[in-house]
Amino acid sequence: MTMEIMEGSIAIAETVRLCRPQVIPAYPITPQTHIVEGLASIIADGRLDAEYICVESEFSALSACIGASTAGSRVYSATTSQGLALMTEVVFNAAGMRLPIVMGIANRAISAPLSIWNDQQDSIMMRDSGWIQLYAEDNQEAIDMHILAYKVCEDHNILLPAFVCFDGFILSHVYEPVDLPSQELVDEFLGPFNPYQKLDPKDPISFGMYATPEYYMEFRYEHDQAVHRAAEAIKKYGKEFGEMFGRDYSELVVGYKLEDADIALVAMGSICGTVKDAIDEMRADGKKVGLLNLRCFRPFPSTDVAKALAHVNTIAVLDKNVSLGAKGAVAIEIKEACYGSNIPVYDYILGLGGRDVRKKDIKKIVELAEKGEGDMFYGLREEVL
Amino acid sequence: MALGIGCTARPGNSRNNKTGSWRVFYPIMDTEKCTKCGTCQLICPEGCINQNPDKTYSIDLDYCKGCGMCAEECPDKAKAISMVKEEK
Repeated sequence: MTMEIMEGSIAIAETVRLCRPQVIPAYPITPQTHIVEGLASIIADGRLDAEYICVESEFSALSACIGASTAGSRVYSATTSQGLALMTEVVFNAAGMRLPIVMGIANRAISAPLSIWNDQQDSIMMRDSGWIQLYAEDNQEAIDMHILAYKVCEDHNILLPAFVCFDGFILSHVYEPVDLPSQELVDEFLGPFNPYQKLDPKDPISFGMYATPEYYMEFRYEHDQAVHRAAEAIKKYGKEFGEMFGRDYSELVVGYKLEDADIALVAMGSICGTVKDAIDEMRADGKKVGLLNLRCFRPFPSTDVAKALAHVNTIAVLDKNVSLGAKGAVAIEIKEACYGSNIPVYDYILGLGGRDVRKKDIKKIVELAEKGEGDMFYGLREEVL
Repeated sequence: MALGIGCTARPGNSRNNKTGSWRVFYPIMDTEKCTKCGTCQLICPEGCINQNPDKTYSIDLDYCKGCGMCAEECPDKAKAISMVKEEK
């Protein structure tokens, strides 16, 4: 293992190179820009034999991904926030057409008001699109999940696209030590892309056809089943990944000091690092607090969540998003997973639009949960309301 | 017929995927009244009205979506096509 200190975006670009995509259509948007700049340089320098397509919008970027994937190429793109919003129509098409596209999402807030800073609203708004969604805690996870995502997506029993989500700026622009795997190992793990079906003049086939009412529901059912099956595939290939690369991804949810915890914090992404530090300090003060890190939001691992949280007295969900008029999206899912257990689930919407979340905030949230105060926007500045 | 993965279709799939089930009303052609003008064939957006050897027309109900344009455009002199509600 050779650790190198790299910017997250560059580490991701180098990892994508190792996965050998043949076509990369991309449109730069903050905070994803360094990834596609990095990939453009890699291709221009002859370090990756791939077609880089400078498209004129994110809608075109994913459309070109669909074209390249149906033609039998392994493809990659990356986007964020408004770019993902502009892709929306194509996002649903890519999933319905069951194309194994991997796309990096540098999580960023959604306008309006305009914000380039981090929260997870962009990928969360795509939760019903039929894409797999993986969330990285640090840059090592971000690069590992890219490799893992290709393996899962290209399994002929799955055939789904995947978002690999990592917090914009917090991960994408931060220099951290990462272990970049060797080309030989990645080649061995992934192998060459073997499309299930592709455009071929000798064997004509049309993709993305319309379905009449007699067929549409069955297509949706089969798509849904594939997303559910992806949970086991992620675990299976995550275990294989661990055996080959030394970092295990066989669990969709990861506990931290959760075994004997009375209060469980539930979170996704880079905030988990802050939460772990806060938990260490609270444990030193005798508070039995633990963390459940959701690595995978779609498919949602309801059974794993319910099992991991079965013994706690209180659940506090940290949501870097809000389903306006309802609650945070993660809290809604956690409540569904824990339905019938009578464990109170409190939702704390925080860190929106890049608002900093510090250890003291996590401790304050634990105090609020202990008092039974929750389902709130945490950290509002009352003086500007 | 088993579904393909990813909404794919091969040439000739319209033989299996008939669109006649979309209808609420279906047209009936009275060949006695038909003046053989061909307006219905020209106007049919589905292209499912075909000329017979005796120059009359027949409607392929496997694909007719029951839009009623043929009945509407059939000249007053003939009014050979009438729309009847589907019994489902």
